[in-house]
Amino acid sequence: MWEVCQQHAQAASPELQETLLNKVVCLPDHLSNKLRGENLPIFLPQNYFPLLGTEIIQVLQRISDSLRGGLDCSISFVSQVLGKVCVHGRQKEILSTLVPCLTDLTKSDCIWQRMCWRLVECVPDRWMEAVVCGFVQAVPGADVLSRLLGNLVVKNKKAQFVVTQKLLLLQYSCPTAMLQNVLGYLALDNSRRFLLIKVLQELMETWASSSAVKHSPVEQQLYISKAILICLSHLKDVEIDSHRQELFTCVMEGMKCHLDSNLPRIRCLGMIVAESISSRINTDGPILKFQYEEDDETRELKSLLTQMPSPPSVISPPDEGRKDSPSAVTEAESKPDRKPVAAAYAVSEEGSDSELDSDDDFIPYDMSADKELKKTKAPLYIRDCIEVLTGPEDVEKWEATMRVLETLIQRNTAATQEVSVELAKVLLHLEEKIYIDDFMELRQKALVAVTVTDPVPVAQYLTSQFYSLNYSLRQRMDILDVLALAAQELSRPKAPGKSKLSSVQTPYIQILPGSDSSKDWRRIVDERIRSKTRRFAKGQSQVELVCAPNKFSSVAGHFFFPLIQNFDRPLVTFDLLGDDHFVLGRLAHTLAILLYFAVNTVAAAAMGKALLEFVWALRFHTDSYVRQGLLSCVSSMLLSVPSDRLLEDVIEELVETQAWLADVAEKDPDGDCRRLALQNLLLMENLKTKLEAAPS
Amino acid sequence: MIATMALPPPDPEFVLRGTAAPVHTLHFSCRSQEPEFPILFSGSANGLVQIWNLKTHRVDKTLDGHGGKSVYWVETIRGRDELLSQGRDQKICLWDLAEGRSMVTDSVSMDSVGFCRCSLLKMAQDRWLIAMPADDPDEVQVLELPSKTSVCTLKPEAGAKLGMPMCLKLWQPGFGACPFLMAGYEDGSVILWNLSMGKMLSRLACHQEPVMSLDFDSEKAKGVSGSSEKVLSVWSLDEQQNLKVHKTHELINSGISDVTIRQDRKILATAGWDYRIRIFGWKKMKPLAVLDFHTATVHCVSFSDHSRPSERLLAAGSKDHRISIWSLYNQT
Repeated sequence: MWEVCQQHAQAASPELQETLLNKVVCLPDHLSNKLRGENLPIFLPQNYFPLLGTEIIQVLQRISDSLRGGLDCSISFVSQVLGKVCVHGRQKEILSTLVPCLTDLTKSDCIWQRMCWRLVECVPDRWMEAVVCGFVQAVPGADVLSRLLGNLVVKNKKAQFVVTQKLLLLQYSCPTAMLQNVLGYLALDNSRRFLLIKVLQELMETWASSSAVKHSPVEQQLYISKAILICLSHLKDVEIDSHRQELFTCVMEGMKCHLDSNLPRIRCLGMIVAESISSRINTDGPILKFQYEEDDETRELKSLLTQMPSPPSVISPPDEGRKDSPSAVTEAESKPDRKPVAAAYAVSEEGSDSELDSDDDFIPYDMSADKELKKTKAPLYIRDCIEVLTGPEDVEKWEATMRVLETLIQRNTAATQEVSVELAKVLLHLEEKIYIDDFMELRQKALVAVTVTDPVPVAQYLTSQFYSLNYSLRQRMDILDVLALAAQELSRPKAPGKSKLSSVQTPYIQILPGSDSSKDWRRIVDERIRSKTRRFAKGQSQVELVCAPNKFSSVAGHFFFPLIQNFDRPLVTFDLLGDDHFVLGRLAHTLAILLYFAVNTVAAAAMGKALLEFVWALRFHTDSYVRQGLLSCVSSMLLSVPSDRLLEDVIEELVETQAWLADVAEKDPDGDCRRLALQNLLLMENLKTKLEAAPS
Repeated sequence: MIATMALPPPDPEFVLRGTAAPVHTLHFSCRSQEPEFPILFSGSANGLVQIWNLKTHRVDKTLDGHGGKSVYWVETIRGRDELLSQGRDQKICLWDLAEGRSMVTDSVSMDSVGFCRCSLLKMAQDRWLIAMPADDPDEVQVLELPSKTSVCTLKPEAGAKLGMPMCLKLWQPGFGACPFLMAGYEDGSVILWNLSMGKMLSRLACHQEPVMSLDFDSEKAKGVSGSSEKVLSVWSLDEQQNLKVHKTHELINSGISDVTIRQDRKILATAGWDYRIRIFGWKKMKPLAVLDFHTATVHCVSFSDHSRPSERLLAAGSKDHRISIWSLYNQT
């Protein structure tokens, strides 16, 4: 068969070629259709296509021989075979044999290089995408890709579209290595570099577009950020210089919409990209510097900026632009130098230390408490505290007061109740006059303690302040956090030594002021669902917990209703439905938490109903954080409100909600929203099965 | 290396309350065998010397011999039968405590009004040397006991500007050898005196502020001193009798009122103005523990002289009228 094929590779009539092509590529399909169970293993696609690959190599070998002999040969049939195979989705199989061979053969032989370029160029346009994608995936590095594809992107419009648009902007599934291949390929030849700049411009446009930030999934934004960073690592300073103004505008816009986002991950992405670009465009001036927490993702992103674009073992063509980013290269080279030295130093020092210490067998005690001595004494009475906090500045006294306040409040319940609202007011308006490490936490704890000590008046005060003028968003969010934490505190059964049990019953939530992450909330919801499902599955297998009255039940209404009342009334300085959607998201989460802690209380049914209306009003909010909050609300409601009340009062709303949830679970761009919606649907399903099981 | 969590610092073994005044000095006497009890002498600001029974944790006896003026140094001679106490009434009293007596049998008056504690060294059977601040503000006088004859007066050269002596430590390289004196002065320097020649051998300016306390380990020829600053200074004495700074250790809070090396030369304790007692390994000054119990300046630290190492105690006396007793690092 291959004899025929090879002859035809040189000259044949188009019809014959067409059928032949069809036969060759679809052979496994035809055979399996015909032979069914008795198909030979060699004709299974996973065996057949690698075989086809080696055959192609052989054909190419002969073509190259004949070319050397001075004969002119057409390669287009092989290209067509390749294209057709790729478009049939067998890129992996065929290229896994083809690429390594071609890589080897093209290393030093320019005829092979030319042939390889022709091979790809001759692939018909309609199959080009599949072939290019296959190559991008299969090659080990950018320079190999460059050798195999040549200047394909410049010559072929379709390939250009695939490489510059489709792979980068229209999808986000490729691994980082592939991105590096693509962008490295664009950077490796001077004739292609204009494309790299164009790509960067387009990427930056997407990155800076607020609608893209709002509506595209986080994963895609991560992908685009990665691509931008890789582009940056390939660009020369001169090239960046010429586009400085454009980049600058984009950074400004993009930063604004990224920092505006409610999702910490997106904010972080924005910060990293902006930082990186600014450090490239302002070589001498001040550069942007953000504060964010380092994690694996940020480290990975940053490493993209500095790492070598291709493995150094392969020899690259002479006209490559590897010298493009001198700073990146030197940094990458100098790094390994520095590290071993430091490591060796550390090791030697440690070694000597332990050696000399070996006969010094005293084990030190914990000395972390050894802090600088404070001269002033902390106040002993609540009223003194108020005086200190409102009075003239006395730095040390002020700090000491902040540190003892929580315990003082907890110890002197009666004294606190006398001044509770006043104290709450002072604390809410308290500014960080001097720097204390954990000021926010201390203040929050104190506020929570006040709220727990005297729930009704303080909750009334806080909820009324939430909707009043002249507060910062920070303060409003503090109010929400305090209310949620106080609710948790109140609903937790307080028995000495039962802390372990209570932690089982109510999951500990950490609502630190800095952590805007929705993880905590998510964890709660997970916990709720788990606890719920466990109840269905295992029945009464849990150990009976020590019972204590839920102190939250009598005051839940004071926490909940004032908060949910006014959300749709914009103030001059505070517009929940407008710009301040971050607070709205927090409000939704807080309401969900309040209802969750109000489980088994009389007010729960009414609260659930109100909450459902709230959710319904906001269900199409554009911000995913708000939507997550709403979905938490729904779970909370399903878990806290007794099921018979649900059916009596809000059955229609429930049905509507179910439809909405199904919609979200299917179509929402945010993965967390989809997951939450799915969990809610599951809860509803559980509810239904329970109702059916119950004899009514 | 095993990464284990450090243990929390221990609590005191017990606390002695009832001195009714800031405690300035402590001295153990725990060598005697049963049926006698280990005892602790304490001298406090109200001029009383109290003898604590460490079995019952009660005061056995109270000695009042300084006219209500603060007692800031006590030391036993001849076992526990005789006691020396130095008070702010400018007297050093010799107490006879044998067979239940408690009377002052002898006293030496000093003209110095400083806070410098005396130092006692046993030279032979029934012969002691005592170093004490002399009449002239910058001099140190060494007397022989019990005869009270002056051995020498250590006078710095004119223009040395040392200020008053602040702390003294008599020592001898081996039993019967010629005794030396380490003295810390107001200007922050530590001086090594040769007593037989009455001559200054070496001077080391190791602090900026007055030296509050020092202790010297004659075996390792290494000593430690603390001042009102934030550092502990460790210095060593070489063969040419020269003092050299060996190392300084930075502290968190300033002010060391007392520093003592345990008899086995393994750990040392400091009494801090920051209300804390600090324990260091003596070999490398490795910080071992910070004992945070007192609520006012700690004035003195003292290790007990138990013959069995496992019983050894550490006592600290503080301005808060309490004496805390600790049991630390006794297992070796």
